[in-house]
Amino acid sequence: MEVLLGITGKDFTLIACSKAAMRGATILKASDDKTRSLNKHTLMAFSGEAGDTIQFAEYIQANAQLYSMRNGTDLSPSALAHFIRGELASSLRSRKPYNVNLLLGGFDPITGKPSLYWMDYLAALTAAPYAAHGYAQYYCLSILDKHHNPNIDFEQGMKVLRMCTDELKRRLPIDFKGMLVKVIDKDGIREVEYNDDARIACP
Amino acid sequence: MDTLVARYSQPMFEKDYTEDQLDMYQPAPSLSLRFAMPPVAQPSAWLRAATDDHANPNCPIKIAHGTTTLAFRFQGGIIVATDSRATAGNWIASQTVKKVIEINNCLLGTMAGGAADCQYWLAYLGMQCRLHELRHKRRISVAAASKILANLVYSYKGMGLSMGTMCAGVTKEEGPALYYIDSDGTRLAGNLFCVGSGQTFAYGVLDAEYSYDLSEEAALELGRRSILAATHRDAYSGGFINLYHVKEDGWVKHGFNDTNPIFWKTKLESGEFSNVTSELV
Repeated sequence: MEVLLGITGKDFTLIACSKAAMRGATILKASDDKTRSLNKHTLMAFSGEAGDTIQFAEYIQANAQLYSMRNGTDLSPSALAHFIRGELASSLRSRKPYNVNLLLGGFDPITGKPSLYWMDYLAALTAAPYAAHGYAQYYCLSILDKHHNPNIDFEQGMKVLRMCTDELKRRLPIDFKGMLVKVIDKDGIREVEYNDDARIACP
Repeated sequence: MDTLVARYSQPMFEKDYTEDQLDMYQPAPSLSLRFAMPPVAQPSAWLRAATDDHANPNCPIKIAHGTTTLAFRFQGGIIVATDSRATAGNWIASQTVKKVIEINNCLLGTMAGGAADCQYWLAYLGMQCRLHELRHKRRISVAAASKILANLVYSYKGMGLSMGTMCAGVTKEEGPALYYIDSDGTRLAGNLFCVGSGQTFAYGVLDAEYSYDLSEEAALELGRRSILAATHRDAYSGGFINLYHVKEDGWVKHGFNDTNPIFWKTKLESGEFSNVTSELV
């Protein structure tokens, strides 16, 4: 029941993750951050098996940062996406593969283009204007099909995101403790204040 | 243990009732008591082995399952909309199924789950509603009609019936009324329901813009758009959009329209579905 959402707009990419860290029937933490920044303009969100997720994410993060230090330049979001896919694909053919689903949000400060990559634990990679993992797919993709278009500005993007999280609050049987929202744009990665105290009732 | 219990106890539907005994329970002998059961200890377990695609992918009978149906109440009555695809496993058995069943000119039922179960029992419900009308000289309430169905499926609970249906209708006493009934025996009155494998996709679009004060035109469009969303994302839903509006003086049909041209019209004119490209790459 982990929620990962990604939305691109005209000049930004939004990444939103549920804040609950769950083990079995228990919520261990209600302020979990399921993202790691890979460099100044690329953010990775992850869900999947406990342990695997953070191990894999931090391994990728370390390698991305190592590349930046060695070369004095960052890997592009697309280069990172294909690097991650390669790592996950080789892990998949090992004795104990990582069971991790990912969203990779990025912004290219030179071309000014946002990007979003969706990858599942079988290392299937695709670029998409909007994407989701887990049960969120079932509720949010139809909303995004209708309300998203690639030219939306930040405010409109937040509005569509709000429609998605409201629907999840309304219909998901388990409380996911609200969303942590981050935006990637020309200024880099920053957290967006996101109010999720409102109670949403089922009509 | 189950075999022992089955040997020494006789289920209700296998008992031999005399005509008099039957009359005591119900004025008209119910169809539900007249099924021949397979000669095995546990008919339900046997049925499951033969039909449950999930438990046994090699099962000889694939039941038609996937669907999207929705109905919601609003200021101008009730909107009922469905897709028209029937699937059996991953085989599309039909693209032109009528999943809205016209019980009478004021009552509609929708079909999700086992196509045969729904068709048969909603036809049966239609019959019971007509008998109620003849006996009492007035039309049955939606509450009563839905309860006939709920009690009926409950009597078969655990025996493999598979249906998720909605009863929508308008009567003088109740106004517009909407009920959800499923084969577990659940019966709920409500403002808005989506049922079937595509339900979540329909809920997504519907919840985001639903309000009780919707205009008739907006409500019809929202119903249509919600089914379109589901047919786009759910592999087991598709075909045609079947749209009904239930008003005070009966239901009105608003067409049985192919989803494909509606999808391209929606995409090209409103700029929606931006992840689908219309150019050849």
